[in-house]
Amino acid sequence: MSDLTRKTAAELSALLSAGEVSAREVTDAHLDRIAAAEPSVHAFLHVNAEGARAAADDIDRKRAAGEELGALAGVPVAYKDLLVTTDMPTTAASRILEGWMSPYDATPVAKTRAAGMIPLGKTNMDEFAMGSTTERSAYQVTSNPWALDRIPGGSSGGSAAAVAAFETPIALGSDTGGSIRQPAHCTGIVGVKPTYGGVSRYGAIAMASSLDQIGPFGRTVLDAALLHDVIAGHDRNDSTSLTDAWPSFAEAAQNRDLRGVKVGVIAELNTDGVQDGVRAQFRAALDVLAAAGAEIVEVSLPKLEYAIAAYYLLMPAEVSSNLAKFDSVRFGLRVNPQGGGTVEDVMSATREAGFGPEVKRRIILGTYALSAGYYDAYYGSAQKVRTLVQRDFAAAFAQVDVLVSPTAPTTAYKLGEKLGDPVAMYLGDVATIPANLAGIPGMSLPVGLAAEDGMPVGLQILAPAREDARLYRVGGALEALLHETWGGALIAQAPELTGGAR
Amino acid sequence: MTDITAEQVEHLASLARIALTPDEITHFAAELTDIMHAVEQVNEVAGDDVPPTSHPIPLANVSRADEVANVLDREEALKGAPEHDGSRFVVTAILGEEQ
Amino acid sequence: MAKAELMDYEQALELFEPVIGLEVHVELSTTTKMFSAAPNEFGDDPNTNITPTCLGLPGSLPVVNETAVRYSISLGLALGCSIAESSRFARKNYFYPDLAKNYQISQYDEPIAFEGSVEVELSDGRTYQVPIERAHMEEDAGKLTHVGGATGRIQGAEYSLVDYNRAGVPLVEIVTRPIFADRDAPELAKAYVATIRDMVIALGVSHARMDRGNLRCDANVSLRPRGTEKLGTRTETKNVNSLRSIERAVRYEIQRQAAILAKGGSITQETRHWHEDTGATSPGRPKSDADDYRYFPEPDLLPVEPSRELIEELRAALPEPPAARRRRLKADWGFTDLEFQDVVNAGLLSEIVETVAAGATPAAARKWWTGEIARLANQSDREPSELVSPAHVAELQGLVDAGTLTDRLARQVLEGVIAGEGSPQQVVDARGLAVVSDDGALIAAIDAALAQQPDVLEKIRDGKVQAAGAVIGAVMKAMGGQADAARVRELVLERATA
Repeated sequence: MSDLTRKTAAELSALLSAGEVSAREVTDAHLDRIAAAEPSVHAFLHVNAEGARAAADDIDRKRAAGEELGALAGVPVAYKDLLVTTDMPTTAASRILEGWMSPYDATPVAKTRAAGMIPLGKTNMDEFAMGSTTERSAYQVTSNPWALDRIPGGSSGGSAAAVAAFETPIALGSDTGGSIRQPAHCTGIVGVKPTYGGVSRYGAIAMASSLDQIGPFGRTVLDAALLHDVIAGHDRNDSTSLTDAWPSFAEAAQNRDLRGVKVGVIAELNTDGVQDGVRAQFRAALDVLAAAGAEIVEVSLPKLEYAIAAYYLLMPAEVSSNLAKFDSVRFGLRVNPQGGGTVEDVMSATREAGFGPEVKRRIILGTYALSAGYYDAYYGSAQKVRTLVQRDFAAAFAQVDVLVSPTAPTTAYKLGEKLGDPVAMYLGDVATIPANLAGIPGMSLPVGLAAEDGMPVGLQILAPAREDARLYRVGGALEALLHETWGGALIAQAPELTGGAR
Repeated sequence: MTDITAEQVEHLASLARIALTPDEITHFAAELTDIMHAVEQVNEVAGDDVPPTSHPIPLANVSRADEVANVLDREEALKGAPEHDGSRFVVTAILGEEQ
Repeated sequence: MAKAELMDYEQALELFEPVIGLEVHVELSTTTKMFSAAPNEFGDDPNTNITPTCLGLPGSLPVVNETAVRYSISLGLALGCSIAESSRFARKNYFYPDLAKNYQISQYDEPIAFEGSVEVELSDGRTYQVPIERAHMEEDAGKLTHVGGATGRIQGAEYSLVDYNRAGVPLVEIVTRPIFADRDAPELAKAYVATIRDMVIALGVSHARMDRGNLRCDANVSLRPRGTEKLGTRTETKNVNSLRSIERAVRYEIQRQAAILAKGGSITQETRHWHEDTGATSPGRPKSDADDYRYFPEPDLLPVEPSRELIEELRAALPEPPAARRRRLKADWGFTDLEFQDVVNAGLLSEIVETVAAGATPAAARKWWTGEIARLANQSDREPSELVSPAHVAELQGLVDAGTLTDRLARQVLEGVIAGEGSPQQVVDARGLAVVSDDGALIAAIDAALAQQPDVLEKIRDGKVQAAGAVIGAVMKAMGGQADAARVRELVLERATA
C-alpha cells in the first residue's frame, strides 16, 4: 500500500482508528518511501527504522487491546535534529555534537510519544538552526523535492523537504526568524510558528532563547493543526511557556467561513523588491479571500524596516551565550590541540573545529554586540526596536483580524546561490523576522506556483499573540477554496523525484 | 560607522574561546564590518523614551515549588562526556584562576 | 612564592587609613537548587545531585525556585534593604570548567534587594552601621579537584575533575558599600560576617557552615594616605573561610599594601587568595579589560515582581534585628555584662540560643560553649560550632542533670562526640562511661572503705558529718570516678544512722 504516504495525517488517523490499516503498515510504507527518496532529497540525518517499527507494533497491540488512543496514534512524525531524543542521536547538524545521545527527551518529543506517534527520525537543518537554506548543515545538503538543484529553505529544511517528499506526513521544526515558515514556502507545504511560549522549548537546543519557537509542518492546514494540538501547552520546565488553555486548532482548521474577516496587507512587505511570480500569486490569493467575503485593507507598519537590524543584533547576542556550553567538558566533541595544552586551549580548539563558519560568525558578532561599551548602542537599541515593532503590530491588529504578506521575497533559489553573501541571505528573512521579535504566531501556506520558475509560493498569515486559532480559521478556509481551484493540494503538482543525482 | 578590526576579532574570539585561523580573522573582520554597518540603523529610532523589550510575551513571577524532580542517573550523565573517571568529568590542566 | 614584605601594623595605621568592602556569599538551605530541581545537598557522591539543567545539557532550561526567592527577600529585609518592585536575572558570561553553561545566572542592574544597613557590634560594645549596597540572587558553580603536581592546587596540576553537585546551589551575594572603620577594619570585618551568619541562622535560610562553604567572604581592602580623600587601589581577597581568617586577612592586606605604598610602589588591582596555613595572601588573576562579562538579561527567565502582600508577610515573620535580639537575650538569660560580652565576642550567641532551645539552661549552655568547647576549638584551631552541635551539648548537659554523668565524665563524653563517635548517649554506651547508679555496688565499696576506716561511722554519729569525706573519696577512687558523689554521701550517712 505505497499510496499510504500520499495520505494526510488526518486521513491516516481515520484509517488507523477504523482498523483499515495498521500502524506497522503505515510506518513501513513511510520507511520504504524514505529509502527511495533519501538518495535524492537528503532530508534525514538519522532514520529510526527499528525504533519506528517497534513503536508501531506497540500501538497496534494497544489498539487491538482496546486501549484509548489519541487522534494521531500510529501516525509517523519526524523531528528537526535540534529536539533532543533519548533513542536517536541529536546533533543540531553540528560536528560538535556528532553522535551525542541525550539522557532526556525534549518536551514536544515526549508529547508526540505520549500521543502514540511514530518517530521516523531526525531531520537535517542548518547547523544550530543558523541559516535559511539547510546548506549550512555540517553533514549534508538537503534538496527541494520540487527541484533538486534548489534549496528547501531553512533552517528547518530537512523537516519541510521530508513532508514535501511524502517521507512523513507531518514533522516538527523550529522558527527563530522564519525557519518554519520560509521552508514551508519553499517546499509548498504548511508551516506554523506558534505564539512565543505556546509550545515548550525544553529540550530544543537553543539558538536565540527569546525568539525560538517549536512548531508543526504538514501538507494541509488541518495536519499542521492536529500536530499543533499535540505539542501545545504549559511545561513547568520552561519558564517562558504560557499557561493558556488552547482551543482545538484542528477544529479551527475546519472553518470555511471568511465573511467579514478583516485582512490587513502589510504595505512594507508587498513591494517591488518581491519577485514577480511571488507577487502575482500573493495578489491572486487576496482575490480569493476577497471573493469569499473577507475585507482586504492595506496597513502600514513603518518600523518593520528596522526589524532585520534588530534581529541580527539580538539573535547573535543570545547565540554567543547559548552556544558557550559546547566546550568539550560534559558532552560532544573534544579536540586536543597539537602538543597538548590547557583546558582553555582544548576548548578553543574544539570550538574552532566543531563549529561551522556561520556559527562562528554569529558567535563573534554576538560577543561584540554584548561587549562592554557597545551594549547600549547595539543590544539595548535593538531591544527598543523590538518594542517599536510590537507597537506597530498592536496598532495594526487594532484595525484588522489578521495580517498577510508573501512569506519570502523570492521562491526557493538555487543551491549555493547566496552562500557567499551573508547580508543578502539575511535580507530574505524580512517578512518572517517581525513575528519572532513580537512573539506573535504566523503561518505559511501554499497559494500557487510562480510563473517564472514553477516553484511554490507561500502566503504568510500573522495573528495577535495567543490568537493562533485565527491562523487556522483563515488558513483552513483559504486552503479549501484553493484546493477547489486546483482539484487537490498544490503538493500533488510536485514532480516525481528522479534518481539520486543533484 | 564602526569598522571591526582584525585585532578586535582576535580579542572577541578569545573571549568566545574559538581558536580562529589568521585567514578566518581577516575574513570575519571584513564580514562583521559589513554586517555591523547594516544593523547600526537601530540607533536611528531607539530613543530614550522607548523602553527595551526582553521578552516577547510579558510575564513575571514564574517559579516552581521547591521539590526534587528530573534527577539524572550518574551513568547517564557521564556517558556523553569526552572523558570521565566513573564519577567526575575529566578536563586537562587549567591555566586561569577561579573567578 | 616569595614572601611579601609586611609593615608593622601600628606603623601602617599611622600612615594610612584602610577602607574595606565585603562581599558575602550565602548558600541558601533550600531543598532544591536555584534554577534546577536537583537536590541541594552537601557531601553526596559526585555528580549524583544533577539534572540536565545543572549540567547545561543542550536544550535544558532554568526555572526559578520559589523558596529561594522567598529566602532572598527575607534576607534582604533583614539587611534593612528595599525590595525591588521588579528584579531581573542576567547572564554573566565567562568560560570556566566548573560553570556548566559557561555563564552564571546572576543579577546585574536589577537586584532583588538594595540599599540597606546592618548594625554590627565590636567586642568592646561599640557599634557600626555597615551600609549594604545590594543583595542579589545567583547560582553556585561546581567543584574542581586538581590532580597531579605536588600541591593539589591549580598550579602544576596535570588534570582536573569536575563535580557538578554544587552547580546551581542558590546563593545570595551581599555587597557592602565602602566601610570607613579605620583601625577597627579587621575586627569589624569579622564581626560583620558573624552578624550575617547569626542573621541567616535566625532566619533559617542557610546552614551557615563556613567550613562547608555555606558562607563565604571576599574582602576588598584599600589604603589611602591619612588626610587624603581619594580611595586607593583595592585588592579582593578570596577564599576567606572562617571568622578568624577574615580578621587576619584584612590585617595582612593592610600590612602588605602599606609596605608597598610606603616605598612609593603602587597596588595592583587584583584578586588575591588567602592561605589559611601560611596566614598570607597570594596574587591571583589580575583584573583587566579582559573581564568583559557581557551581562545581558537572562532570556530564559522572567522578572521577579514580589507583591506588597508577600513582602509584608515575610517582613512580619522576620526575627528581631541582631542588636535588639542581643538586648533581649541578655535579659532573658540573666548573664552579667562580662559574661554576655564573652559570648558575643566568641560568636557563640546562636549556639547558646540553640542549646537552650534544645533543653539546657542558659548558664549550662554558656559554661560548655565558652569553657570546654572553646578550649578544645582553640587547641585544634577550629571554630567551636564546627566541633559539636547545640543539640548534642544540650543532650550532654541532660545526662549530667540526670545524674548519669559527672562533670568530669561529661568532658570525656564531649571528646568522644567531637571525635565522631556519635551522640552523647551513644558515647556513654560505647565507652561505658556512665555513673554507677547501682546501690549494691556502691554499698559494697562503702563497706570496704569503712572496714579500712572503722572510726568514721563513730565520728559521724558524734555529729562530725564532714568525716564522711574520707570514705566518699575512697569510694570514688575505687569506682574509677564513675560514681555520683552525692549518692555515695547519702549512703554513707544512712549507714551511720542505721
